[in-house]
Amino acid sequence: MNFRIISALVLRYLFLYTRSPMRLVELVFWPVVDLVVWGNVTVFIQRNTNPAFGNEILFLLGAMILWDIMFRAQQGVAISFLEDVWTRNLLNVFVAPVRATEYVSATFIVGMLRITVTAVVLSLISWFGYSFNIFQLQWWLIPFFLNLMLFGWSLGMISTALILRWGQAAESLAWAIPFFFQPVVAVFYPVQDMPAWSQPIAWCFPPTYIFEGMRDVMKTGSMNWNYLGYAAALNILFMALAGWLFLWILNLTRKRGLLTKFATQ
Amino acid sequence: MPAPDDREIILEARDLTREFDGVKALDRFSFQLHRGEVLGLLGANGAGKTTAMNCLLGLTLPTSGDLFAFGLPLHQHRIAILQRANFSSAYTALPGNLLVGQNLLVFAKIYGVRDPKKKIAELMELLEISHLAKRVTGQLSAGESTRVNLVKAFLNDPELLMLDEPTASLDPDIADKVRKVVRKVQRERNIGILYTSHNMRDIEEVCDRVIFLHKGKIVCEGTPTDIVAQSSSTNLEDVFIKIARDGEIIDEPQKDKAP
Ligand SMILES: Nc1ncnc2c1ncn2[C@@H]1O[C@H](COP(=O)(O)OP(=O)(O)O)[C@@H](O)[C@H]1O
Ligand SMILES: [Mg+2]
Repeated sequence: MNFRIISALVLRYLFLYTRSPMRLVELVFWPVVDLVVWGNVTVFIQRNTNPAFGNEILFLLGAMILWDIMFRAQQGVAISFLEDVWTRNLLNVFVAPVRATEYVSATFIVGMLRITVTAVVLSLISWFGYSFNIFQLQWWLIPFFLNLMLFGWSLGMISTALILRWGQAAESLAWAIPFFFQPVVAVFYPVQDMPAWSQPIAWCFPPTYIFEGMRDVMKTGSMNWNYLGYAAALNILFMALAGWLFLWILNLTRKRGLLTKFATQ
Repeated sequence: MPAPDDREIILEARDLTREFDGVKALDRFSFQLHRGEVLGLLGANGAGKTTAMNCLLGLTLPTSGDLFAFGLPLHQHRIAILQRANFSSAYTALPGNLLVGQNLLVFAKIYGVRDPKKKIAELMELLEISHLAKRVTGQLSAGESTRVNLVKAFLNDPELLMLDEPTASLDPDIADKVRKVVRKVQRERNIGILYTSHNMRDIEEVCDRVIFLHKGKIVCEGTPTDIVAQSSSTNLEDVFIKIARDGEIIDEPQKDKAP
């Protein structure tokens, strides 16, 4: 791993964001729209149910913000790669002395920068607009944030691998991947309220533990430590699997001569 | 007979074969490139020139055969080799939404250029494009972007350079400038260049030695003058057309091929 190379690749993405402010707008626009919709739904429910539940329902906003962190981390990785595809730059990078691990690390960092921006904006708006303070999660926020980011990175690597293999035809798949997981990782509802058969599936994915933990923390101020342990262990497993998939597909594209088609597309 | 070249071999292919879906794009292709030599790869569209270059850059794995650069097996030492080599093609681009200067700075940092700003300024001046530094890369003309790509390719003072049709889509004036600059830098820094082109002027002016490929196989090789002499044609362009159509360089098949 060469940090000079990673920082050079990150610099390229920073230039990109300064060159096209629309990208920054996009980074903020959709999360804000989401937040406003969920915020209004929350207010509506609060006004029409008993006060105890009305208080609890605030977890919808927490869920939305945390979900967005994971989703943006995935996108940060996948879009960084797509930028190189869109701009026909991929070959320049692959004929430079850049290791796959360095390339992927740079996309991770971009993913992290993106979610930092999104998280700050959402926290501010939910606080001022809906009196929801994400920092009531206190220092639990840190492991939540890290675990969701890790899972987002894994999904990002999987998306990148799919685009490498199937080209831009797989692009829409790359956008959709996080949403395949949304129903089963108990983002907006507790696992115990999911259909019984789907509950074991839910516990296979790290975000489930985080969203359960978040609701516990909001309700009781504390959570089951084991949840963090499971989430971290599963995340390591998913990162390893996704990394292996990415490298395997990268090698496959070299074998099949698919890498070069990104030059002329 | 040309004297044997005793300069260091910096790039070598031994029986390089690459199949796509059972069709051989390259068929036991062997060659050596020496330090400071410009070797032209010629052949019709689909002859296998780009495939050869992609294999030599580690972008595509060979079906069989061995590749070496600077005496090292290519696939085990890819990163170290790429640090000493570079590549430019009419078919790749630097990110269009960045400024020229930004793009070049990023690649200078990737290659670990010591004084990036100075190096970039020097090279841009050499290619007569200093005025483009603040321009948006995607808005350059073909001639301008070719020269920007060449600056990128010279950034790390490569000992080995691969140029895939660098003059494609250039007008004769700019093509001439590009050839002269490539030749100048190549001589000054003693770079070994593998050069593909469809343009015979390119080949005659830039290449010390030429290999003609047809359907992935070598048809003939030698200096441009040698090749014309071996053939039944009077100029390189006719040799090209002859090979593209018949896969041979002489009319009468019974005539002995020159060694
Ligand atoms: N990735 C690929 N998949 C399938 N066939 C390919 C691929 N790349 C090149 N080919 C085929 O290999 C042959 C040689 O192509 P190429 O090396 O691009 O020729 P040239 O550069 O000499 O014009 C062509 O028939 C081309 O269609
Ligand atoms: Mg070609």
